[in-house]
Amino acid sequence: MVLKRLSKVLLFILALAPAAWLVRGMMTGNLGVNPAETIQLQTGRWALKFLLITLAVTPVRRIFHWNVVIQYRRMLGLFAFFYASLHFASYIVLDQYFAFDAMVADIAKRPFITVGFAAFVLMLPLALTSTKGWIRRLGRRWQLLHRLVYVSAICAVVHFIWKVKLVIGDPVLYAGVLMVLLGFRVIRTVRARMSSPPVRVRVSAAAPRTPDFHQTRTELPK
Amino acid sequence: MLIKKPSDIPSSEITDERWYLKRRDFLRVTGGAVLGAAAAVAACGSGTSAESLESAAPAGPTAGVPIGNISKRVVTTNEPLNAFQEITNYNNFYEFGTGKSDPARYAGRMTTRPWTIKVDGLCNKPAEYHIEDLLQSNEIEERVYRFRCVEAWSMVIPWDGIPLASVLKRAEPTSKATFVEFTTLARSSEMPGLSEGGLNWPYREGLRMDEAMHPLTLLAVGLYGKTLLNQNGAPLRLVVPWKYGFKSIKSIVQIRFVDKMPHTAWNDENSGEYGFYSNVNPNVDHPRWSQATERRIPSYFKTTKTLMFNGYADQVASMYSGMDLRKWY
Repeated sequence: MVLKRLSKVLLFILALAPAAWLVRGMMTGNLGVNPAETIQLQTGRWALKFLLITLAVTPVRRIFHWNVVIQYRRMLGLFAFFYASLHFASYIVLDQYFAFDAMVADIAKRPFITVGFAAFVLMLPLALTSTKGWIRRLGRRWQLLHRLVYVSAICAVVHFIWKVKLVIGDPVLYAGVLMVLLGFRVIRTVRARMSSPPVRVRVSAAAPRTPDFHQTRTELPK
Repeated sequence: MLIKKPSDIPSSEITDERWYLKRRDFLRVTGGAVLGAAAAVAACGSGTSAESLESAAPAGPTAGVPIGNISKRVVTTNEPLNAFQEITNYNNFYEFGTGKSDPARYAGRMTTRPWTIKVDGLCNKPAEYHIEDLLQSNEIEERVYRFRCVEAWSMVIPWDGIPLASVLKRAEPTSKATFVEFTTLARSSEMPGLSEGGLNWPYREGLRMDEAMHPLTLLAVGLYGKTLLNQNGAPLRLVVPWKYGFKSIKSIVQIRFVDKMPHTAWNDENSGEYGFYSNVNPNVDHPRWSQATERRIPSYFKTTKTLMFNGYADQVASMYSGMDLRKWY
């Protein structure tokens, strides 16, 4: 128990390090020639990194039978949301300087901004329903709702690709990692469907019961 | 002369005082040596013939060396200059990588001596110049210009250079020459970005003849009174202050007179986003972001209003009268 607590505190501090580095850089003037850009790029990258790490939890459990990682998933996901919030805030303050009319027009008009905004908005209900109370209240629907993270991650990667002038290097790497992580789920779902008896009635076609549903439920943070 | 020269601005207000004092020291201490070396090279050839290629390039560092023969100063804005450190550490030079600090990190390996610039195409006097000959046979002017990147950041930069027109006129372009094409060095052994793909190398840019001949158009060889560092496009680059920065092609090896609108690297890559003209225009947005405002380095906020033709409208707008600038972005 103590070890688990300690590991969570350690992870929390570790996950906060990029933000701390940015704050320190702001105070010491060490964020490069264009500090605003450094803040925007770093918060965006860390939001995406945490999203991918969060999405890696289930594959790591399945492949390595390393179930202990599930207890960190909520914190990792919330850190993705934390960095996405900072990233969005940097857009509001550093790019648009609170010009809300211009922002609305920007989001509506430019696909690059639209998908970035979508990635962020899709994370909102996930962050809000990450508490024990909401997990209990939503029951089975919680799992369903939290599949939005897949859509959010796809939007985030597309946002990154559309942001750069040349699609080489990091955006391609991030997209590749996401494809592997989502591909893992697709393969598992297809396999599970093929091996499951055909008589079983599903709640809905869009919401196939994932094999790990019960396991996830019982392993939710106590 | 169309260039505005606000004489009411004291120079101390515009130029960093430390540099101003240093410049004199440099002139006194090292200027003579540099001039001597350059003169020795110039003496080996006529300056306009291919023979000059035979002359030996001087040994030693050639970037960041004080320029001795700066003859006049043209200031087009009274906004504060960006620091040398800012101008030399935040660059787009994709031959060295796509990160803003990649050029400062990797461009040092580019060999800039010997360096020849071929001027050819539709002209009566094609020539190949040694960079030293160009430096020596022309008066170098200081030009303080605004520099506006298509990515919506901007700086104010004190370039040192030669009006492009004076180099072009010497080649005597024929009446058929309607455009000028510029080409950057493409040497994969020294440019790690080339193997990463991306743009269709070598980097190419182009100007319409009247744009190329415009008195604001500069062939820059230095900034802040010193020869260009490699990351800024040493030893010779274009500066077209009313156009987005990518038009100001770096490390030029060839200038060619042509009769058709030349292919340009970014237009080839994405013609929907980067037009041939690419004049700074706050009313025509980039498809992915607004061009109405810019972030003046090192400000945190993107609140500086972008000016039509980057503030040079009264000098250049007439070249585009009657053109639909939305169509010809």
